[in-house]
Amino acid sequence: MEARAVTWLRIIGWRLVFSVPLLLAVTFGMFVLAKASPFDPVRQYLGDRAMVTSPEIMAEIRANWGVDRPLLEQYTTWLGNLLQGELGESRSLRLPVTQVIGERLGWTLLVVGCALVVMLAIGLVLGTLAAWRRDSWLDRALTGGAFATEAAPVFWVGLLAIWVFAVSLGWLPAGGLTDAAATEVTFTGLLRHLTLPVLVLAVSQSSWLLLYVRESVIGVLREDFVLGARARGLRERTVLVRHALRSALLPFITIMGARVPELVTGVILVEAVFALPGVAGTTIKAALAVDFPLLAALTLLATIAVVLGNLLADLAYTLADPRVRVLGVS
Amino acid sequence: MGRGFVLLVAMLLAIAGCAAPTEPDAAGVSEETVVFGLSSEPDTLNPVLGYSPDGGSLIFDGLLRRTPDLKLHPALAESVPDAVGTEITFTLRQGVTFHDGRPLTAEDVAYTYNQVLAPENNSPIRGDYAAIEKVEASDERTVVFHLKHPYAPVLQRATLGVIPAGSDLAALGNAPVGTGPYTFTSWTKGDKIALTANEKYWNGAPAIRSLVLAYTSDDNARATRMAAGEFTATELPPKAAARFKDQEGVTVHETPSADYRGIMFPMKHPVTGDRAIRKALDLAVDREAMVSAILAGAGSPAFGPVVPGTDWHNPAVTGSARPDTEAAGRLLDEAGWKAGPDGIRVKDGTAARFTLMYPAGDSLRKELALAFASDAKRIGIDIQLAGLEWEAIDPRMDTDALIMGFGTPYDPDHTNYELFHSAYAGQGYFNPGHYDNPEVDRLLETGRETADQAAREKAYHEFQQVISDDAPWVYLVYLKHVYVVRGSWTGLETGIEAHEHATAGLLGTVPGWKPAP
Repeated sequence: MEARAVTWLRIIGWRLVFSVPLLLAVTFGMFVLAKASPFDPVRQYLGDRAMVTSPEIMAEIRANWGVDRPLLEQYTTWLGNLLQGELGESRSLRLPVTQVIGERLGWTLLVVGCALVVMLAIGLVLGTLAAWRRDSWLDRALTGGAFATEAAPVFWVGLLAIWVFAVSLGWLPAGGLTDAAATEVTFTGLLRHLTLPVLVLAVSQSSWLLLYVRESVIGVLREDFVLGARARGLRERTVLVRHALRSALLPFITIMGARVPELVTGVILVEAVFALPGVAGTTIKAALAVDFPLLAALTLLATIAVVLGNLLADLAYTLADPRVRVLGVS
Repeated sequence: MGRGFVLLVAMLLAIAGCAAPTEPDAAGVSEETVVFGLSSEPDTLNPVLGYSPDGGSLIFDGLLRRTPDLKLHPALAESVPDAVGTEITFTLRQGVTFHDGRPLTAEDVAYTYNQVLAPENNSPIRGDYAAIEKVEASDERTVVFHLKHPYAPVLQRATLGVIPAGSDLAALGNAPVGTGPYTFTSWTKGDKIALTANEKYWNGAPAIRSLVLAYTSDDNARATRMAAGEFTATELPPKAAARFKDQEGVTVHETPSADYRGIMFPMKHPVTGDRAIRKALDLAVDREAMVSAILAGAGSPAFGPVVPGTDWHNPAVTGSARPDTEAAGRLLDEAGWKAGPDGIRVKDGTAARFTLMYPAGDSLRKELALAFASDAKRIGIDIQLAGLEWEAIDPRMDTDALIMGFGTPYDPDHTNYELFHSAYAGQGYFNPGHYDNPEVDRLLETGRETADQAAREKAYHEFQQVISDDAPWVYLVYLKHVYVVRGSWTGLETGIEAHEHATAGLLGTVPGWKPAP
């Protein structure tokens, strides 16, 4: 037990040390890209009004924001404010960045959380089924479908789902969190509105998982201990779930961690397509509006999510496989 | 497999089962709750930071308000003052309170305007108030506007919503407190804003108790939600509104607007700098085809920067919606532009050729630019089109033509002064073509500084005539706004609308709506 705690502390310590230069590099890279963007943040801020605003006023706003300063100065100012816990004000939404993120983060976590659960269920169940009935019509249909959704971009799957379930069949709302006339968020309303986005995100993310689980289980089913289990006359379900699936899952935990970035980009697109007021969809708005303060904070948040995802995967791995402790991480 | 698998399948089905609607959509249209489907969500609900300054805010009142016939009436002010000289005094209406119960004072009005004018607030509407030096509360009920120069149209700027003195600008933009006919209830970002009738409104509480402004930027999605009965009323582009035209219980309103599209010519360019070229293009444009084919009928031909239907419009400034290529050809021949071997006219070795830019993301302007270029081809003028981002358009505006759009119906001084006065030549989007005509400068100055209505009208009528003769722009079309409204209502009024019309135009009359008997 103690040895495990030490291992965890070492892992966390190393990750923290590595994440500092990583976060610096990512945020600096974002500033470089934003600076190189041909779009003028002041024009985006003014919208249609840019046409009737004099160049002097635009120059004044630019100076007030400091976007006319050299890149390095802008970055160090931002970094200094960040260290004091000051994230600045979103220019496009005219609100403090912390408030913008605070209002929206909950919805994103809800969508991602639900999608993760559904994605695991789909991936594990269907992947095991496909492996068990290998080369049957079921396997072919499942792997074929998985390859198709893996190839299809998330936003495209989302639009297709809207077209089928919202427009043609009229079963589910096409977007938003509540019905237009409803004045508050209700549980049933939320359930109906989140079903499509969660399913789209889960299905598009579960295809690789399904394929992976299938491969893994097929490999394990060939092993001697499975043969032994069958020879002992154990029920097929026990062999499949308790023996084959369990050992097939080991490397899967690390892969989960490595797939977090894809989940992050997936949720960005899903929120945009389904008009959900989450933090991920806001990223697109912030990028289009060249809203430096908001974009920087969101980039930071996404990077932290990826680092955290990998860290959790590594920690979980030490639980699942004791050998990791022996190998260490240094 | 057996039970475990069945259980999992059942779970998946249960998740998908939420798909089947458990109850009918609670979006029924009632007198109590009215839902507007709007296209673009505001970034802020604070008037100081640019929310609906021309009187389209239902949460705030200005000193004055505008009815759909474009006349100004007192709102928070007791009466409409005369706009003479550099000091305009407003006396406040008595007994008005903010939604939080605080009484309205002159301090609130002064705070509102001074916050707009303060450069550190980066207010996007500050440019509109450039003529105002500062606003002062001289006592509880009296507020004085100090102007930099006599500015007759200043009253048009008195529709800006008044906010409580000392408000935090960002916080107020998120949870607004005003004096208007509706109080703010909630704002689900990216989705909708819910409003409730102000029972204590000084002008009488609205009959519609609950108002929801639902935002869907996609035109087709808005049409679908309207058809599904989710919205009481919505704004749509003409083509998307067509399906509602013969539907029972639904009315399609087409309202005229001052929003025009036209071609701005650079005066320094050797081809577009020639008046004969510009006049010939003006004659050759097929405005009728533009209205019927590109705007699906929801528009009208434009011949000048002042929209017909207002007192400011000079009725003599008009033309034929059909092209007159013969007259255009004659004009070019007389000016020395003779047809060359490839059909393109040439004068002194210069081919009648120039570039017309349009913003790449604007499909309407793109279609108009294409139509304009093909009309020009018929009279031997070669227009090369360039679809660009605004950032790429900016540096080229003084050498290449550009399709632009402006237009407010309130006062002809707005935008026209900046677009045609030589003092603004080359200043961003103000007069990018460097148009310089002392006669126009004089007329614009007279119109701005004279308080007498008749004298102002005369100045602007002459201004329109000079612009029409000189043709620094070729005006193409005025757009119409299309609304679809479910149910029948009294108090729904239409008028000439400005470009910004979310809840400023027809839908802005909602405080007066009552179900028709």
